[in-house]
Amino acid sequence: MRALRTLGPIVVVLAVLLALIAAANPFFLEPAGFLAFLKRAAPLVILAAGQYFVIVSGEFDLSVGSLVTVQVVVAARLIDGDEAATWPVLALLVAIGLLIGLANGVITTALRVPSFITTLGMMLVLSGAVFLWTGGAPRGALSEAFRTFGRKDLGPVPWSVLILLAAGGAAIALMRSDFGRRLVAAGDNERAASLSGVRVNRTRTLAFVLSGLAAAVAGILLGGFAGVSAQVGQGLEFQAITAVVLGGVALGGGRGSVAAAMAGAFTLEALFTLLNLYGISGALEFAVQGVIIIAAVAAGAVRLPLRRTAHV
Amino acid sequence: MKRSITVLVAAVSAMLLAGCASDKPVTGGGATASAAPSASAASPATGEQSKFFVQADYDAQLAMRAQTAEGPEDKPWEQAIAPQMTDTATYKKDGPYHLCFSNAAVNNPWRQVGWKTMQAEVALHKEIAEFTALDAEGKDDKQISDIAELTGKDCDALIVSPNTTATLTPAVSGACPKLPVIVFDRGVETDCPVTFINPIGGYAFGADGAEFLVEKVPAGGKVLALRILPGVDVLETRWSAAKVTFDKSELDVVGVEFTDGDAAKTKSIVSDYIARHGKIDGVWMDAGATAVAAIEAFEDAGQPVPAIVGEDQQDFLQKWKDGNLTAVAPTYPTYQWRTPIIAALKILKGEEVPKTWKLPQPKITSENLDSYLQPDMPPLHYALCGCEDLPGFPGAWGGKEN
Repeated sequence: MRALRTLGPIVVVLAVLLALIAAANPFFLEPAGFLAFLKRAAPLVILAAGQYFVIVSGEFDLSVGSLVTVQVVVAARLIDGDEAATWPVLALLVAIGLLIGLANGVITTALRVPSFITTLGMMLVLSGAVFLWTGGAPRGALSEAFRTFGRKDLGPVPWSVLILLAAGGAAIALMRSDFGRRLVAAGDNERAASLSGVRVNRTRTLAFVLSGLAAAVAGILLGGFAGVSAQVGQGLEFQAITAVVLGGVALGGGRGSVAAAMAGAFTLEALFTLLNLYGISGALEFAVQGVIIIAAVAAGAVRLPLRRTAHV
Repeated sequence: MKRSITVLVAAVSAMLLAGCASDKPVTGGGATASAAPSASAASPATGEQSKFFVQADYDAQLAMRAQTAEGPEDKPWEQAIAPQMTDTATYKKDGPYHLCFSNAAVNNPWRQVGWKTMQAEVALHKEIAEFTALDAEGKDDKQISDIAELTGKDCDALIVSPNTTATLTPAVSGACPKLPVIVFDRGVETDCPVTFINPIGGYAFGADGAEFLVEKVPAGGKVLALRILPGVDVLETRWSAAKVTFDKSELDVVGVEFTDGDAAKTKSIVSDYIARHGKIDGVWMDAGATAVAAIEAFEDAGQPVPAIVGEDQQDFLQKWKDGNLTAVAPTYPTYQWRTPIIAALKILKGEEVPKTWKLPQPKITSENLDSYLQPDMPPLHYALCGCEDLPGFPGAWGGKEN
């Protein structure tokens, strides 16, 4: 019951969408069908968890989409079909993710550039860099071993579902630790948090690093799932932010749970699946995301005064 | 119910986009219309016929496929199908020349390969002293000002690859009186350019793939059609021709889906269809960029890959060869990027050129697959670049030097 309360109304929406999908496509109810859905949702759910850390601390990370593209394009070019290169390149991808996250964090906190601008700039820098490096057409190929994580199964369960479980568990554990409390405090009231001994800058920087790490993992899963593409990360940053706000996490920080943010990602993925099942074109996905973001923020603004009085 | 929603959305999108992206009627150079079937009988599976469908153009393009192009046999980019030559004596002048190019964009692998090929073609000709190219980055407004800027420079000839057809027409019309204009790839709604160069076109592309499936898939077989997005002229023509072929056939088109050109989405859609129908017997695509993702969906489901339509990108050709697939690759050859440079030089030398320069549009089949598969080229390289004899090959196109 308590778990249900931390997840909030999003689970109801999710349940309805899943039921609608099952009605249109009975295969969805079979284990293989449901696991396929989880596998497909895994990268977005992991990205949403990363984005949650940043948003709950009061910031944004718009760079994750192009970071995912960078990961896949860099991996293909460096591995170039060579199985032996898989593990060093995987390590490098994680390092790139952490580094970009660190850069976002330091620029935002130490240089006091609003994160909206920092990460928007980073998004442009990264997509420009990818374009320059590839000339618009990615080169090389991913190895079979690299693609295992996004494509293959361990027994009946896809690797990406196992990775999702591990990442989701780690995110929830992290939010229950001291770090999680400091993160929420920093997002709720920066001054109060800092007066009570939270090192706000360091905490927020760590949140960006976690988001970069999530993007690295998502990139590895997406590249594994569908192979090399220069468009792989397109629009993912907005999908991740939409998922987080859909999970009831307040933009501006301080409120919401990581489990709800991940449920938001599942909901968004379920919504896309449903739109697809009913043959509605992809163009509508952007419109739907836009409506969700605006509606969620508007709803949050309406709720805010009530919450204040409740706390007094 | 489901299908009617698709049709509604597709129709509305097509209507919205019709205003800004209508295709130039292709009045194929002297091609006679064949007795093609009527497209009026809309089957419920493939939906209503596209608003972009023009029967005369369809007939002309399908007829052109059977015609032999004139020109040097080993240089398809210099060939022309049923050319009607136009006099260019008025443009004759002495070199060296300054050629200018207004490019719609270089934002996809097809345009990347083409652009590199064009630059290499320029490097072949010593009489081109200067080559000025402006990239419109996929924006009509930038291309309009690019064309205005280039006509103000001392260009001897202007090459235009229009971003969209209708919107760029006034800009091209404005440039025509000032200097010889060459248009290629997409057309414009004026015949003022000295020559308009492109391969046969989308109807032929779409029909090539659909006819292959009709031939290879047994009657009653389930076919899934994958399209990138609705409302884009060059893609609508491909689908509308395939639809005509499918509607005449005994095939069961179980779905027409939009992939946005996204590999992950393509793979998900195909996986869903395999799950829902148990078996899919053929896959038609309006462009090959995500063909490998579609193939992988069958591999991951533990099913044999059915008859499939791709394009001339290396990753697909490699997969085809490795898996010994039943496949075909219609093409929209990137070698057409060489032709405008050749045309510009002919015009400036006063030699006649075809008014409508229709290039041959071959398809890759199992018989000629080996001659197009180039394992040392990048996965997204287009085999029909006609660039193998150009300076800088293969390195400049991302290939491995041996």
